[in-house]
Amino acid sequence: MPIEVLMPALSPTMEAGKLAKWLKKEGDAVKSGDVIAEIETDKATMEVEAVDEGVLGKILIADGSEDVKVNTPIALILADGEDESALKNGASTPAGDAQPKPDAAPAAGEPKTGGEAAAKRADEGAAKDASGGKQPTGDAKATGSAAANPPAPEVLPEPDVPEGTEMVMTTVRDALRDAMLEEMRADERVFLMGEEVAEYQGAYKVSQGLLEEFGAERVIDTPITEHGFAGVGVGAALAGLKPIVEFMTFNFAMQAIDQIINSAAKTLYMSGGQMGCSIVFRGANGAAARVGAQHSQDYAAWYSNVPGLTVLAPYTAADAKGLLKAAIRDNNTVIFLENEILYGQQFPVPKLDDYVVPIGKAKIARPGKDVTIVAWSIGMTYALKAAEELAKDGVDAEVIDLRTIRPMDTDTIIESVKKTGRLVTVEEGWAQSGVGAEISARVMERAFDWLDAPVTRVSGKDVPMPYAANLEKLALPSVAEVVEAAKAVCYRT
Amino acid sequence: MAVSAAKAAPTSDSQPAPEAAPETGVSSASGALEFTKEEELHAHREMLLIRRFEEKAGQLYGMGLIGGFCHLYIGQEAVVIGMQMAVEPGDQVITGYRDHGHMLACEMDPKGVMAELTGRRGGYSKGKGGSMHMFSVEKQFYGGHGIVGAQVSLGTGLAFANRYKKNGKVSLVYFGDGASNQGQVYESFNMAKLWKLPVVYVIENNKYGMGTSVERASSNTNLSQRGASFDIPGEQVDGMDVRAVKAAGARAIAHAREGKGPYILEMVTYRYRGHSMSDPAKYRSKDEVQKMRETHDPIEQVRARLIKAGLATEDELKAVDKEVRDIVNAAAEFATNDPEPDPSELWTDILR
Repeated sequence: MPIEVLMPALSPTMEAGKLAKWLKKEGDAVKSGDVIAEIETDKATMEVEAVDEGVLGKILIADGSEDVKVNTPIALILADGEDESALKNGASTPAGDAQPKPDAAPAAGEPKTGGEAAAKRADEGAAKDASGGKQPTGDAKATGSAAANPPAPEVLPEPDVPEGTEMVMTTVRDALRDAMLEEMRADERVFLMGEEVAEYQGAYKVSQGLLEEFGAERVIDTPITEHGFAGVGVGAALAGLKPIVEFMTFNFAMQAIDQIINSAAKTLYMSGGQMGCSIVFRGANGAAARVGAQHSQDYAAWYSNVPGLTVLAPYTAADAKGLLKAAIRDNNTVIFLENEILYGQQFPVPKLDDYVVPIGKAKIARPGKDVTIVAWSIGMTYALKAAEELAKDGVDAEVIDLRTIRPMDTDTIIESVKKTGRLVTVEEGWAQSGVGAEISARVMERAFDWLDAPVTRVSGKDVPMPYAANLEKLALPSVAEVVEAAKAVCYRT
Repeated sequence: MAVSAAKAAPTSDSQPAPEAAPETGVSSASGALEFTKEEELHAHREMLLIRRFEEKAGQLYGMGLIGGFCHLYIGQEAVVIGMQMAVEPGDQVITGYRDHGHMLACEMDPKGVMAELTGRRGGYSKGKGGSMHMFSVEKQFYGGHGIVGAQVSLGTGLAFANRYKKNGKVSLVYFGDGASNQGQVYESFNMAKLWKLPVVYVIENNKYGMGTSVERASSNTNLSQRGASFDIPGEQVDGMDVRAVKAAGARAIAHAREGKGPYILEMVTYRYRGHSMSDPAKYRSKDEVQKMRETHDPIEQVRARLIKAGLATEDELKAVDKEVRDIVNAAAEFATNDPEPDPSELWTDILR
């Protein structure tokens, strides 16, 4: 039997990539460790190494093929003693295996044989991306977790987008880049600093192309010293510049949180309004996939506790773009929470010269009358999917995308709850002192008499994030939990 | 900047200055450091203003008019005055919580500073900042920071902005011997050198981080060499001699302004009072303090030179003292009678 070489997953969240180039041709002998092909993801170009010896019998996916799903067989290697006749038998089998196996969790993403991602760029970003490269992408689908496979975004358009505006399908990653690009073009005071933002083009490729356009003066690679460079950013902001400080992930911003809170958020007040700090701290927040407890925390509740901070957590690419533009223009300190899993997902973005989404305004993503579900960022994937499930059972859920955590658009929530009488909140963060707890308190204070059931929180479990695939899944909220909570508050089973 | 200067690093009972750093050639008050009459008179008056202001602040604290933490600068006046004699207009100053002297040296209004100490509406922060949190955009004074070491990264950011704007300004970043052990200081040193930022780090080594002497807190007490692993030049300076401070400051600032990157000045100085008003300073002897006051007082040194050289008479200097006392009394008067902030101020200046 020829050995299948499968399309490898190069990061915890990769689902597909481009087969850029074959470096071996059919009939070439390959041995373990030979680089046989280059593949491109939206983050990086990586080399595929052979892990078996033999002869490259057949190339199944040609040079330049786009959107090759992870685990698709891309070539066959003939083992010792096999000749081309073996291909006939071998080639017929992979079709069924091309799709990730839904329920073989750890094995599904494991390239069965042949292909191995080689993180040739052994620096922080790539190493971290690749470290979880065995994430089974089919896994999430099987269990109904929406994270890796969100429902088609049927999010309602922003009301102030003119009718007939062309919508362009854009990834969240590109939308964020476009926001920075446009604002940096518009205002020379705006610059970007952080780890790997310039020459590497962003650990998650969010800053792709910015160095080329704006140069090293305005797109600045920093040492891996979050506390120090956050302080440098705040100092530059106090002096009148408008820094965008990227944290590779917000987990690392814990080292910098003193500067964010004590220096950035409080100085305007402590100076009696004289000296403010216009700065954006942005980066991936919350759980990615299989990166363990120290790299998987949701900080929305932490930052939302602090007066002087504005906290944004968009879900769609349009909101990511429009809110990041608003954040950069804002005169205050903005915490902009992104999500690694959402980076690669596409949404329609209005093609407008200057698309800005107002800070502090929630959006009704799906109107309904029976129960209100409030979510934000990746929590929206659970909420929207759950709403679809609920609809099948005759429960009409209204889904609110909060978008801004602070200042919170309580009015929109209250209005919805007055209509539905029921509320479920969804967040990946922990429940205690969480954003859901805050929403719950506000609804109790302002809409107590309209509630027909206790507010229910669906949240991350009260544990550090485990590494094992099954435990991680249990630790995160799920569509099933949202469905269950919604039915419970509707007194349905 | 020789490391061997470490042997001369001040101990709690040593005299700070003369032996501090002979290798640098800075500390000894040689002829090259002589001030003109105008410079001597200026330094004398400005240091005296800080001294009298701080004495008054201590008094108001004792009367309950100033609350919370109040860290006095008495004894260290030569550092900030000498440095300010070396700056150009537009150069920024940022420091930690022992900041009253820096504000006065930046020509901020003593009334506004004192009223902030008493928490009144006429204070620089409308009474909302207090002793440790005052700012003046107009005077390029960036605070006033209560977290030990935070101002070092922030001040490095000011220098970053100077380079970004290509405005030719230099940022002076003051911090103490205690802060010199903070991690973010070294993260900032690295970036400052890496990016050749126009910044002068002024370490005010007053020998005690609160109650802990430098020897008990720092593995290497020659703080001027703290930038060695980043290849940042550093000098120990007699921080009690305003002329030595000015000369070293001029060198360091020129270095930074010429695009050569950061420079470290360790000012060997001494604070006469406790760490804060509530500190009885039991960790050192009265003799130690007394000796320092008698033999190294920064103001007395200038005063003695002025009299000895016949540049000023006792009566003239008395007149200066009176003028300064009047300013301070007026500030105290204002700070005592100015109303507290309007309650509505509770909710302002959170966002803009």
